[in-house]
Amino acid sequence: MNETPRIKQATSDVTFRDRWINVMAHLGINRNEYKVDPGLYALGSPDQDSPVLVTANYSPSFRALRTALKGIHGYALVLDTKGINVWCAAGKGKFGTDELVLRIEQANLGEIIKHRRLILPQLGAPGVAAHEVKKRTRFKVDYGPVRAADLPQYLATGEATAEMRRVGFPLKQRLEIVPVEIVNTLIFTIVLGLPLYFAGGVLATLAALAAVFAGNVLFPPLLPWLPTSNFSTKGFFLGALVALPFAVMASLGYHGGATWQRAGWALAHLLFMPPVTAFLSLNYTGSTTFTSWSGVKREIFAYVPVMAWMFAAGLLLMVALAVAHAMGA
Amino acid sequence: MKNMYEENTLRFDRELCTDCGMCIRVCPHEVFAHHNGEVRLANRSDCMECGACQMNCPFDAVTVDSGVGCAAAMMYQAVTKKKQPSCG
Repeated sequence: MNETPRIKQATSDVTFRDRWINVMAHLGINRNEYKVDPGLYALGSPDQDSPVLVTANYSPSFRALRTALKGIHGYALVLDTKGINVWCAAGKGKFGTDELVLRIEQANLGEIIKHRRLILPQLGAPGVAAHEVKKRTRFKVDYGPVRAADLPQYLATGEATAEMRRVGFPLKQRLEIVPVEIVNTLIFTIVLGLPLYFAGGVLATLAALAAVFAGNVLFPPLLPWLPTSNFSTKGFFLGALVALPFAVMASLGYHGGATWQRAGWALAHLLFMPPVTAFLSLNYTGSTTFTSWSGVKREIFAYVPVMAWMFAAGLLLMVALAVAHAMGA
Repeated sequence: MKNMYEENTLRFDRELCTDCGMCIRVCPHEVFAHHNGEVRLANRSDCMECGACQMNCPFDAVTVDSGVGCAAAMMYQAVTKKKQPSCG
């Protein structure tokens, strides 16, 4: 059994399935299902001198590659990253040296092309050791641009500019994650908001929704402009701003009662809302393109206990006020 | 207030560096730069600890404790005692 595996033909068009996956991916639904068969694909009509581009078997990654190369003849070597995108898979070693070496051998690449050069997406670098691949397969790994859209220029000039190598986090990208975050925190929101109704009425439930909304929807676009450098403190700040109108409503007597009770209700909102927003803001580190592992760890140790204490104090105060109210105070 | 991202685990050993420039090519945040033909650590605090430079340095001149900078994954890991934090 030493026959050359079949080279699959790839389309450079955006298919209906591509669009469907795009919608689902933005909502975070069925995210383990956006897979492509790993292996070697022909883009256009490549020959033995055509470039070989390596990517992940996450459908949107492959789509970005094949559509960017419309009109260019080449090969796409798709690694089995279990349906995870290049950067995330590289971070976990799934887009890695071993997998690349295995796919080169399985595709019989040395027989199909004359040259010994592979172009990898730059963001595959955390998982692949270029010098190791060279040692094991004689193939030279060149890291191309971060974004597939820059590939035509890279192939023409043979060089990725500093701009092509830089990873930013523009508004469009920050907003793209918003629907996924809403879907992911839906159960948390219900578990938080529903019981609050029985303690603090509609205002408290709305307050919970507002605190979640601030963390999930307002935080991403405002990220660069919120004060301080840490995500938790940015979130505390935003959460406090959003809590203010609720505190004012409570102090004006939404829940009724004497002055001390009104002040108590206001304080309860100021205590429980900001940590909710801060916690979601801290979790947004997982979506960014720049937060370091050790920095996030320092944030967790410094701020999560504060969030927990504030949140618990706010809820306890609210329950105490509701009990006092029920007892006729 | 202390910036938790100012410090990180990236270390660069000039003695072992051969100025091949691989780290400059793989870094997404321009942490390394050429300076008069020599590779220099230009923006150390911009490092996100992805590990690309260490992985691709053939001379072990760069070390970094790499990992996924995601709070949810790290807290989930702490609770479940799993080895490596990851999404989904």
